[in-house]
Order: sequence, then C-alpha cells, then structure tokens
Amino acid sequence: MTDKPASMSHHPPGTPGRALLLQNIRGGEDANQRGKAHEISPDNLPDILIENGKIAAMGKNIAASDAKKIDGKNLWLAPGLIDLRTQAREPGFEHEETLASLAAAALAGGVTQLCCLPNTQPIIEDPSLVAMIRQALVHPQERPQVSTQIRPLVRPLVRPLAPPAPIIHPFAAMTKGLAGQELTEMGLLHQAGAIGFTDAPYAVASPLVLRRALSYTRFFDGLVMTHPEEPTLAPIGINGGVMNEGLIATRLGLSGRPVLAEIIQVERDLRLAEVTQGRLHIGPLTTAGSIEAVRQAKRRGVNVSCDTAPHYFLLTENAVEGYRTFAKVAPPLRSESDRQAVLAGLADGTIDAVTSDHAPRAADSKRLPFAQAAFGVVGIEILFASVLWLYHQNIVTLPKALALVTTQPAKILRLPLGDFSLGDLSQGDLPQGAAKNNYGIQVGQVADLVLFDLDQKWTVDPDKFRSKSKNSPMGGMIMTGRVEKTIKGGIIAFNREEK
Amino acid sequence: MVKPQTKPPQAHPTWQEPPSHSPHTPPGLLGIEGMAAAQITHYLDRAEYYLDQSLPLTSDQKILAGHTVINLFFENSTRTRASFEIAAKRLGADVINMAVEHSSIKKGETLIDTAVTLNAMRPDLLVVRHHESGAVALLASKVSCAVINAGDGSHEHPTQALLDALTIRRHKKCLHGLNIAICGDVRHSRVARSNIHLLTKMGAHIRLIAPPTLIPRGIEQMGVTVYHDMQDGLGDCDIIMMLRLQNERMNGAFVPSPREYFHFYGLDRQKLSYAKQDALVMHPGPMNRGVEIDSEIADDTSSNQGGQSVIQNQVAAGVATRLACLEILFHQTSDARERTK
Repeated sequence: MTDKPASMSHHPPGTPGRALLLQNIRGGEDANQRGKAHEISPDNLPDILIENGKIAAMGKNIAASDAKKIDGKNLWLAPGLIDLRTQAREPGFEHEETLASLAAAALAGGVTQLCCLPNTQPIIEDPSLVAMIRQALVHPQERPQVSTQIRPLVRPLVRPLAPPAPIIHPFAAMTKGLAGQELTEMGLLHQAGAIGFTDAPYAVASPLVLRRALSYTRFFDGLVMTHPEEPTLAPIGINGGVMNEGLIATRLGLSGRPVLAEIIQVERDLRLAEVTQGRLHIGPLTTAGSIEAVRQAKRRGVNVSCDTAPHYFLLTENAVEGYRTFAKVAPPLRSESDRQAVLAGLADGTIDAVTSDHAPRAADSKRLPFAQAAFGVVGIEILFASVLWLYHQNIVTLPKALALVTTQPAKILRLPLGDFSLGDLSQGDLPQGAAKNNYGIQVGQVADLVLFDLDQKWTVDPDKFRSKSKNSPMGGMIMTGRVEKTIKGGIIAFNREEK
Repeated sequence: MVKPQTKPPQAHPTWQEPPSHSPHTPPGLLGIEGMAAAQITHYLDRAEYYLDQSLPLTSDQKILAGHTVINLFFENSTRTRASFEIAAKRLGADVINMAVEHSSIKKGETLIDTAVTLNAMRPDLLVVRHHESGAVALLASKVSCAVINAGDGSHEHPTQALLDALTIRRHKKCLHGLNIAICGDVRHSRVARSNIHLLTKMGAHIRLIAPPTLIPRGIEQMGVTVYHDMQDGLGDCDIIMMLRLQNERMNGAFVPSPREYFHFYGLDRQKLSYAKQDALVMHPGPMNRGVEIDSEIADDTSSNQGGQSVIQNQVAAGVATRLACLEILFHQTSDARERTK
C-alpha cells in the first residue's frame, strides 16, 4: 500500500500554510456572548482566527503572529450563502454557463453552496451523473481514490480549477425525461447524493404523479421541489403566456400567464403534501394568493417550505415595458400588489428563503421578439445585495435577512447545521439596533464566510457579472451593501479589487 | 420407510356457521375476514391431516366420488388451478376446468348469467377466481352450491392464507406471538390482505415492509405496523413473506425500476441477516427472481440442509389445504341439504 500524498493527510489541497486573522469584524462576536443583545463599540471588536479551514478562535488580542491579517474596518461577517435553486447549464448548454463560470459567479456573490436543477442535456436522472456533478469542481486530490491501474474510460467533467469552489448539490429529475409521467430511480439518486427531486423549471401536470413522488420519497425522507404554475393555464412554449396577465399584457398585445395558475398549482401541491406527509418545497412564489395558501397550510401543520427570488420583490411587470426580454421569466414579474404580498410573506416568515433562481440564457435566445425569447434571469451575483435591501428597507431585521440565504436554506435542504450555525439568529424579532451584532459564528465550524460592506452603494452592471450569461433586468439599479471577500474552507476565494 | 399412520377420517365439523351478513346462503369460503379463530384452526387441522396422508387416498377417503367440481377461472392461473384440480381429483371428484378464453364471457355474457347457467347444471362445488374484487361473492350469491374463492382482485385469497398458516404452523408449532413481515406490493395483493386477517386473528404480530407507494391508506387500522426500511422491519422477525411485484408496476408508476426495487426491498443475504437466525422465507409464487427475491435465497430450501426458504413446502401445503377446504365445504353442503329436506 502506498502512502497518501502529504498534502492529503491533514490539509485540503491548496490550503495555504498561513492562517487568517480577521480583525475588527462586525458580527463576529465571541461565542460566549452570543445571544446577548448589545452593541460592541468599534474599538472593542473581536478577532477571528481561521486555521486549517476552520474557525480556530474568536476574541480579543488573539496571538497569531504568522497569520495573514485582514483588517475588517467597516466590514461585517456572515456565513457563506446557500443558493437553493440555480441552473448550471452544464452539461449540454455550456455556451450559457458552465459549472466553473457558475462557481466564479457564486463566489463573487458570497455563495459557498448551491443547488442546480436537472434540466441539463443529458437530464440529471442517472446516479452516475449526480456523482459526476457533485465532484466536478472538487479538486482531484480530494476525490475518492480510484485505482490507478485502469485509466478511467470517461474523462471527468472537470477542468483543473484552482480550489476552492462552492459545493454543488444537484437536484435530480423527479420524473424520467422531466416528462411528468414515470418516477426516476429516486432512492438510488438519493444515495448518489442528489439533494432532492424536481422537474423544475417545469411544473408537474399530473397530481397522481406528484402524489406518488411525495409518497415514494418518504422512505428516505427525500425533498421534492415543485414549480408553481399550472401547466395548462400557464404552459411553457408555443401559445403559452409570456408575461403577467393584466392591463400591461393586454396593451402590449402579449398573452398572459395568470396569477390563478400559480394559486391553483400551489393549493394542489399543498394538499398533496398534506395527504402524503412528504417533504415539499415550492418556489418561487410570486402572488398574494399562493403565499396566503402557504401561510394557511403552515398553520395546519403541513410539511412545506417555499421561497421567492429577488426579481419578484425588486421589480414588477412594469419592467417588461418596451418588450424587454431580459424581464421575461416564469412565473412572470407580477403587479405591485403581488410584490407587496411577497414582501409581507418575507416579513412574517411565510416565505422561508430567497433564492437567485439563476437562469443563464444566451443573448441570442433573448434578442428575439418577446413571445419567442427564452424565459429566465441571472441573479446569483445580486442575491446578497437583494436580501440586504430587505434589511435597509426595514422589511426584516439583519439577522432575518441573512437567515433567508443561510440558515433557512440549510434547514430546508437538511445540510448539516454545524457548518452554518447562526445560533438563535433566526429565532426572534430583535430590536433593529441590537440585532446587528447578535448573530454568532462558532469556533470549530468550517470557515465558509462572507465579509461584506453593509452600506456600500453600487450600481448593478450585468456586463461585469462573472456568469457567462448577462440576462439580468437589474442593470443600472443602485444597491446598498455588497460582498467584499468570500472565504471558502478558510481560503479567500473571492476578493473584490475595485472599490 | 415408515408411513405415517393413517387416521380414520375424523368427524366432520361440529361448530356452527356464524350468522352471515352476506346474501350468500349456502356454505362457502369467500374470505378470511369474518372467520372465527376456531374455524381457521379447524381448517388447518384438516389440512394437516391430509398433509400426513399417504397417497393415493383410500376409497373411503374419496368422498367426492360421483360429484362435480367446477374450476371457474376468469384470470390466468397455473399453480392455484392445478392445486385445486389435483385436490378435487384425489377426493374422487369429476373436475371441469373453465377458463375465461373458452367461456361465454367473451361472447358478452354477464357474470350473473354465467352463474345462473352453471348453477342449472347442478355442480357440487365451484372454485372461482376473478380479477375484480368482490366478483366471487357476487357470483356466489346467485348459485346454490358451495363456492370457494380462489382469489378475487386485490381483496382476498383465503386458501393461500390457510396454506401459508399451515406451513408456518408445521415449522414453528404455533402462530401465536410470531413476528411476521409481509414485504412488497401490499397495495395490490389479495394474499397480503387474507394473511393479515388470518395471522392477526391467530395472535401473530404483522409488519408490512414496502415503499410508501405500495402501502394502501388506512392499513394500520387492520392491526399491522408499517415499515419502509427492510433493516428496521425485519429485525427480530420469525417469518418473511415476500410478495410478487408485477412488471407493469415497476416502471415509474409505483416503483421507479426493478434495480431500485431490488436494491432497497429485494430479499438478499444481507437483508435476510437482519431477521432471526431461523427465520423462514416464504413466497406465494410465481417469483420474480432478482426483483423481490434473490435466487440464492429462494433456492436455499429447508429440506436442503437447513436453508430458510419454505417456498416448496408452501406448494405441498397448498394441495393439502385445498383437500381440506373441499372436504369441509362438501360436508357443510350435504348437511344443509339434509336440513332442508
């Protein structure tokens, strides 16, 4: 038996010998003080020492002479973000996004873990493809050892990527070919590492099929995610609606996707979750009626979670004016009253999480007459700014805003909380001032962290996105607060250069 | 070779038929539900008697000589029909086999018309299998002879439950207190339903193990415990009954694929090891090797040096059980006719 390479035995490959010492960081208070609502004066901020990829110590005057020091003046600390739903486009549509470009965009957005949808080519419905995508960005040295005797027949999907990269959790298809008819090998896919099952971005037409999926997944407690639009009222494709049904659609002469389609589908899915006791996640929610349906279901004790995406609370259907295809998305951007309902759902906790719903689309599929253009917007790089917007607008407190993209998605996905513990951060309604310092990051947890400037104003410029596709309707929007550094496994994975 | 001592035919049943709510007045064996434990024990005792008889039966034992038994099968069957036919012939009966392909059903005759027509030919016993639940009871209500249900839809298969119970009793001495796991397609299985009725009445503890899609709603209220994991469910089990999973049910409808089913629910050496060391493996047949059961387990028979499979014993018990059923119902019919004279 041969010895393992020295680099494998203790440190992940690429881990610098030097530790990191974060100084004057807001939010990273001593673990013992966690839970106490108090302001820490700027000259009494604790230091955080990161060693071997983990948080080694927190407190004042940590002695670490050989550690690389980062002065966090004016910077806040949060756990790395978890994005519940993105489209990786690889394999099959690499001209729109690759796993590598998505990883770069994610790190720039503060995202250290993300889920991708199965609508690739081939569709993610085979256990081997799940395993391959999970390992695609993992450094070769960290992968399980394979015999060196036989050359692998299939070259791995990976290109040499400098570590670190975000962790990718693939969703597997719920039905074969995303056709909504026959269940995939959910048990084997689960064992291969699928985080859940979905036919998204397509809705499941048959309630019988969804009932069986929710029922079947119970034996391993699997997660089923559904897209909330009834597919005969709001079909995707020829003759389907292309924007929110209403005055603007009528004036523009575009066919509508009715609010009703979302309400019917969500109410149906909730009833199926109730009867099967399966684990259901619905998203993105965009209308008052569907959010109210979830609110009622949660009161009845239904095992359901839901999310929305930034464009549904930052924009309305007005963004479509002028036939702007970058604002074409399914479900469509809605009316102002629906946008207000989304904000109310976020404020009262009915909506559990915010996801980017990142859907890269090539320019040629968007530069078309509106009805022929593709659905989808990119957004992984504005996800964090959008939840900070919720805080700045006094919709939610800062800990709650952060929970929408950290602890809440972790809870929905059942990712081990040890790595993302924000303590009792998501518990209560703390006074605005006190809440600012009240989230804790614990010694011993993996150092997946975001350093952010809470008050920095910046203008969204899609051309500067790391994502290969630039189809964002947010260009020109002024945001407050942005990611400055992303630390993944103790290594600075993203460092903003320009100010 | 020592022949088991031939016991004289025992006196026919002394217990009274409980008042029946079914419209069927002549005696019959339509289902286990509604039978008393004493009745079941009587059937098992008579079946055990026949299991120990040497063949051929003596002319005194051929109680059906000169009588007619019709096997009326609306659904394909090989082993059940053969088993009934052999049993009836051993008792000396004239056996008519009617399969649906050759019957007037194909010409458009209704079930009740068929029943009335057959009844006019005055058979002594009817053995009926039908693909619809409740169809055998419907037919039985229109004839004046005894009817044995050889399986109706997803409802009941009483003779299978009796032969399973006999097999268990022969190996484990008694049914009371045993932990019995029924694994597989419970939703569509009449064998499972009859076994649940019979074994719970006899004091056994029943566990059902299957993916949630194959467990029908409300079945917990029949006094069983439901498991979705073989390791959890098989722990401390005395008996493992595997059920057949039909091909059309494992392509994405109820189960994604045969390989996934076998991976999680197929009985192999590993999963068998979770049960008691001396647990018995049973299967009503026909088996899907490599889907619900590994060939290695299926072929490891108890007669072949201490294996755990008693699948062949079940077939032998099947003929004996059907002998007992024909005997008991024939006597009851004769008694009923005596009384009405």
